[in-house]
This record gives sequence, C-alpha cells and structure tokens, in this order.
Amino acid sequence: MAQEFTSDEMMTIAASRALGNDDICFVGIGAPSAACNVARLTHAPDITLIYESGTIGTAPDVLPLSIGDGELCDTAVTTVPVPEMFRYWLQGGRITVGFLGAAQLDKFGNINTTVIGDYHNPKTRLPGGGGAPEIASSSGEIFITMKQTLRGMVDKVDFYTSFGHGTGGTHRQDIGITTKGPTLLVTDLAVWRPDPETKEFVVQSLHPGVTREQVQATCGWTVTFADNLSETAAPTELELTTLRDLKARTKAAHEGEAA
Amino acid sequence: MAKFQSLKQAVSENLKDGDTVAFEGFTHLIPHAAAHEAIRQGRKDLTLIRMTPDLVYDQMIGMGMVKKVIFSYAGNPGVGLLRRLRDAVENAWPLPLEIEEHSHAAMANAYEAGAAGLPFAALRGYMGAGLKDVNPNIREVTCPFTGETLAAVPAVRPDVTFIHAQKANKKGDVLVEGIVGVQKEAVLAAKRAVVTVEEVVDNFDDVHPNACVLPSWTISSICTVPGGSHPSYAHGYYIRDNAAYVDWDKIATDREGFQEWMKANVLDVDETIFESRVSGLKGGK
Repeated sequence: MAQEFTSDEMMTIAASRALGNDDICFVGIGAPSAACNVARLTHAPDITLIYESGTIGTAPDVLPLSIGDGELCDTAVTTVPVPEMFRYWLQGGRITVGFLGAAQLDKFGNINTTVIGDYHNPKTRLPGGGGAPEIASSSGEIFITMKQTLRGMVDKVDFYTSFGHGTGGTHRQDIGITTKGPTLLVTDLAVWRPDPETKEFVVQSLHPGVTREQVQATCGWTVTFADNLSETAAPTELELTTLRDLKARTKAAHEGEAA
Repeated sequence: MAKFQSLKQAVSENLKDGDTVAFEGFTHLIPHAAAHEAIRQGRKDLTLIRMTPDLVYDQMIGMGMVKKVIFSYAGNPGVGLLRRLRDAVENAWPLPLEIEEHSHAAMANAYEAGAAGLPFAALRGYMGAGLKDVNPNIREVTCPFTGETLAAVPAVRPDVTFIHAQKANKKGDVLVEGIVGVQKEAVLAAKRAVVTVEEVVDNFDDVHPNACVLPSWTISSICTVPGGSHPSYAHGYYIRDNAAYVDWDKIATDREGFQEWMKANVLDVDETIFESRVSGLKGGK
C-alpha cells in the first residue's frame, strides 16, 4: 500500500534508519533532530539522544526550536553543565554518533557553517560552528543530513568549520584524528556513503522516483554512483505517521506558545 | 556578600565603559532584562563574551555599544542568522566589530579555566578546523606526559558576568535549575557578578543537596526581576517565547525598523515590563 510522501519526509526517515537502539547520539538542531526522534519513536526506543545544552537521554514529545528548550531538560535522564558536556561526554569518547546538518558541504564531508567568502571579509557571515568542530572529531562516526542545492553541496567549502575527510584518503588519520568521521550522508534525493579508499561520497541509493540527473543537477561536484545503485526503501506507514504526528505536535506546541 | 539592589543601581555600579562582560545563558535563563538596562545606560566600548550570542547581543551590537565579541555560535537558534551582527561584521554598521571566534568546547573550557584560576585551557579540539588558522588565540600545547598535541585557548576572565536565575534566598545565595549552561563558571571566572532572579524566598531548606547554588559571597548584586530572561525562559516559571525569536528575524532586518523597536521596547520602558511579557507563557515547566 504505497503512500504519498515528500522528499523532506523521505530524507528524515532515511536518516532515522541509520541510527540504532544502542547508539549514544549527539544531536544537531534542525533536520538531525527530527531524524533522531523518529528513530527513537520507531525502531530505536532505547537510543540515547544528547543535545549540547547538557541534556542526556532526552525524549522530547515535540521537537525543540533550539538545542536548549525546556522540553529537553524535562524529559532527560540527567542534565549536566555545558563544560561537563563537552569535556566528559564528548571529549571523553562516550558518543557513538554525531548527527550534523550543514550549510555548505563538500564531497569529503567537510562542513562549513561559518562564512561564505573570505573569513575576514565575508560575503555572508553564518552563525559559526558551535559544538560542531569537536563533535566532528570526537564522535565515533558522523552522519550528515541536508537538502541538496548547488549552493549547499560544493566542490570546495569556503571554510573548514568541521573537518570531515579533508582532501580525502587518509587525511583524517594523517592529522591525528582517530575517529571515523563522516560515514553517511542523507539528502532529500539519495543516501550516500564514502568510498572506503578515496573517502569521496558515493550515491548508494536513490530515493523512490529520483533520477541520477536530479542528483547531479543539485550537486556542485561530479557525482559518483555506486555500481550496485539501489532504490531507498519508501517510508513505511509507521515511519510516516510517526514523523507527521511529531511535526503536528511540534507545530501545535510552538503556535500555542505564540498565542 | 551580595547586595540586594535595583537593576538600575546594579548595572550602574558594576558595568563600566570598556569592560569585558558576559551576559551568559545557554538558551535558558538568558539575562535579557539586565542587558536592556545596560543599553538604557548607554555603555560603550564593551567586549562581549558569550558562547551563544543571540537576540540580546544582536541588540547591543546594533546599538553601537560593542567593540568586540568573543563567541562560539552567533545565531538565532532554530531561526537563522543575527542580522545586526551581520551588518556590523559585513558593513561595519553602526560600528566595526572585532570578532574572536571559538568552538563551544573551547569556550566552555575557557570559562572553566577562568573559574579555576588557570591562565589557559587545554582540550582535544580544533583538529583540522579552520578557526585555528584565523584566530591567533587558538594555539597548541604538548602534553608533558604523552607528547600529545592539544589545543590551548586563554582563560575567560570577565570584568563582570550577568546571569538570570530562578531564586535567591534572603541571605543572597542563588539557585540555578534546569539547563545550567556555563553560568556557574561564568560567575566564578568574573571579578564581579550580577544576578537577576525571578523571586527571593526565605531559605533553600527544600533544595536538593547537590543543586547548583552560588553562595552569596560569590555574587556582587542581586536584583529581583520577574520575567527577566524573556524571551528566553526560566525553568519552572515560564516557557521559551519561541514566537518572539521568530519575530526578531523580521524586526532586525532593516536598521530603521530595528531602531524603532529598540526605542519602543527597550529605551522607553524599564525592567518592570518583563513580568507582563511572560504572563501568557506560564504553566510550562
């Protein structure tokens, strides 16, 4: 029984599937937050979600607008000070997956959320890295989720806010980082994983109805497709209902506050 | 020992032109009312420190009070960019703005080092990150035991830190609950500390023994300002006014609209207005 779904919904659901019940996940705000909570509400009920505001093991009923909404604290196992968050829990090596969004991303998983243009003379000043530089190096591995655009997926990022695989190959190990770095990219069109040798993102599966041309048209580097390219499984009814209910609860809650 | 004062007095006594000042709060308990009083008193040449400068830093920058900001994430969380900060960085309006940019991990460590009386903080950070190429205050130190290269950043030592908290007791001890952020470190790292609170209670006899309490003798001034963190929130008192954060994006879009809003909502009012701003936000945890 096929259901209609949007490319945004497909992206969130495909991203949620990558998370497991045993994961300790450091959650970035926005798209990652939705994916992490869909995972928790479907196949990974015991996943530990951590937000950088210090909330550990949180289970929000609605998606937070910021990383420090009260809902996260109310539903957490414990809430710790921010220095402890970064020192003991992240730097201490407790995080299995860091889940990040990106303003600008290159084919080696390097992320820019700092500036467009020159750092000292920026064309656009973005918010900056926040927790991301150390999430990217201290988490066991990194998942990234973002919508594809030519502006967002670029041949070379303007600034290395968070180091992915650098210029590819063994660059990450060469500079002394011992964690895996980006192992997954989920966009609104496809699921990508890095080539084991070059570390360049390769399309593993296209979401239902998506063509190779669409993926290339919204990506600033020449896209490599896996030899055994497959189709991403369409959202199940449970996944879709869970995501839509979560979004509806979130919308109602945020509008209620405005009243 | 903490003095109980009006907000006007506390800001006047503790914040001087040219000071390095932190108005801390990590989404939660952001001391908006205190920063608005600083705006009304027209402080200038300030170096502002905060991990997550948001609306109220956008406002102070737009009002021309700030020469430098030290930060790790300058955005409107969940909404977008800070438009007044951008205008200052990109177009030097109303004044050029110097920035010293870090990661959250580095800022949190730097506050902790400040509180601990250390000159710098060491962390396993900035690996492969571009910030260390553009910020000369990000350096390296070698572990004398293992030889590992670690990042080093100077300790944060504000002249004065402002925070908002739920409660003080009559002795002037302060209780911070919920997402406590980096506020304890920011207070202990500073020469002076001013705390606005939702209310003053007789005692803390019913408080959990491990609660985050800042003793009276670590604080310079306490001011009772109900609603004083709006549109941020005070856990147990009122919820975050997410709509106000969304609205700010429009208000801050152009210079004239921003100035009109500041006049009507900051310059021409005082801190007593904050209580009415949270009246529709009660009932949340």
